[in-house]
Amino acid sequence: MNSYGVVLFHTTAAALRSEKVIERAGLTAKLIPTPRHLSSDCGIALRFGWPEREKVDMTLKQANVPLAGIHPFDAP
Amino acid sequence: MSIQYLLLSVFICVHLWLKRGVVIYLDNAATSWPKPPEVLRAMTDFMERRGGNPGRSGHQLSIDAGRAVYDAREAVAELFHVADPLRIIFTLNATHALNIALHGIVRAGDSVVTTGIEHNSVMRPLKALQKGGAQVTAVPCRADTTLDLEAMARAIKPGTRLVAATHASNVTGALMPVAEIGRQAHASGALFLVDAAQTGGCVPLDVTALGIDLLAFSGHKGLLGPAGTGGLVIGPNVDTAAMEPLLRGGTGSRSEFYEQPEDLPDRFESGTPNGPGLAGLAAGVRHVLGLGVENIRARELESADTLRRGLAAARGVRLYGPPDTAGRIAVVSFTIDGRSVSEAGLRLDEEFGVMCRVGLHCAPSAHRTLGTFPEGTIRFAPGLMAAKADIAAALRAVETIAQG
Repeated sequence: MNSYGVVLFHTTAAALRSEKVIERAGLTAKLIPTPRHLSSDCGIALRFGWPEREKVDMTLKQANVPLAGIHPFDAP
Repeated sequence: MSIQYLLLSVFICVHLWLKRGVVIYLDNAATSWPKPPEVLRAMTDFMERRGGNPGRSGHQLSIDAGRAVYDAREAVAELFHVADPLRIIFTLNATHALNIALHGIVRAGDSVVTTGIEHNSVMRPLKALQKGGAQVTAVPCRADTTLDLEAMARAIKPGTRLVAATHASNVTGALMPVAEIGRQAHASGALFLVDAAQTGGCVPLDVTALGIDLLAFSGHKGLLGPAGTGGLVIGPNVDTAAMEPLLRGGTGSRSEFYEQPEDLPDRFESGTPNGPGLAGLAAGVRHVLGLGVENIRARELESADTLRRGLAAARGVRLYGPPDTAGRIAVVSFTIDGRSVSEAGLRLDEEFGVMCRVGLHCAPSAHRTLGTFPEGTIRFAPGLMAAKADIAAALRAVETIAQG
């Protein structure tokens, strides 16, 4: 099983911004439909490799992207 | 058939053949034309390949459509030096953006100060707010539509809620001293709203350096995007949670609540956005950034100055607006003695292929200031694509109309 995490957002604009910010920081992530068991806030979330959790968190905070939360997410 | 009639017919045919398809487009203050080819390509590409609903679903077409819209946010942020692209609200046009700002901020009992040359996109919402109990002061401008900063300073008082000013007159092209007005507004604790419909993409604009709290812009003029695009930049000092949105509805976010979300840009962006239009806008703004706003300004002013010199030398032509180039954008207003502006406009179009706008230009207070109300003026607004030959041909056309 792969170990992922997801970043949740209140708006899709923030999710799309996070994708750009993460990409520019040289990290890897993918926008996916928000897992319903985690949130119903906004339709898309950013999935990343859990070992990069701190880098992702720091990069998004430095860019002032408003987040709704970061959760572990184990999925195929 | 007489020989004279035959000759006349031949002459008319040759004349029409020579004039075929001539388009000298000098109406860029209304909308820019033609658009760069990449704007059309971006819009077609959006329709063909990225056609999902931006920000609604989680599938690839929806996400990709969302990326196109987000790209437009980043492009506009770069153009206007906006630190946070999420504080750019996309709208139908500058009028829509101005309405969000004015109706969102001004309440009964608030006082608003504006200039005496504003477009109806500012004056009509303010008139409605005045009927609802707001106090509105329009500071008269000088006869050439320039602003007297001392009169402005006297009108702005401690407790003034909002100062609203155009960045440049859509009638004369006169630039307003926005940096100074911003300082005056902030010294009294007021917010500062700027209508950049005429200047976005044509004049360098840095919202942070100029102290602009709210900037309304048009997407289809100097930003070279399609009609149906525009926006409002909201600065960090504006309490957006306290601003009532103009529209409420689906945002694709916080769907379990009936209350409109406070998050930006969703608070002010309900309903499906103009995806193809915003994809085109992103391409238009990238084109502008590639050329450089300073270079665009220099090129447009060169055309405008050639027009002004030629018109000043033409007999029977009256020019309006400030004389100094640095204080203007590429908008030239004039009248021809003894000719109505509508007659001149029709002849410019039909006989010479010169496309311009005549009349009041939706800005009656500017024309009252100039003394051209209610007849209005003829307005030439050369854009980026105006060739020297076009400018010369437009001047010859005016001379011909003025002469006979």
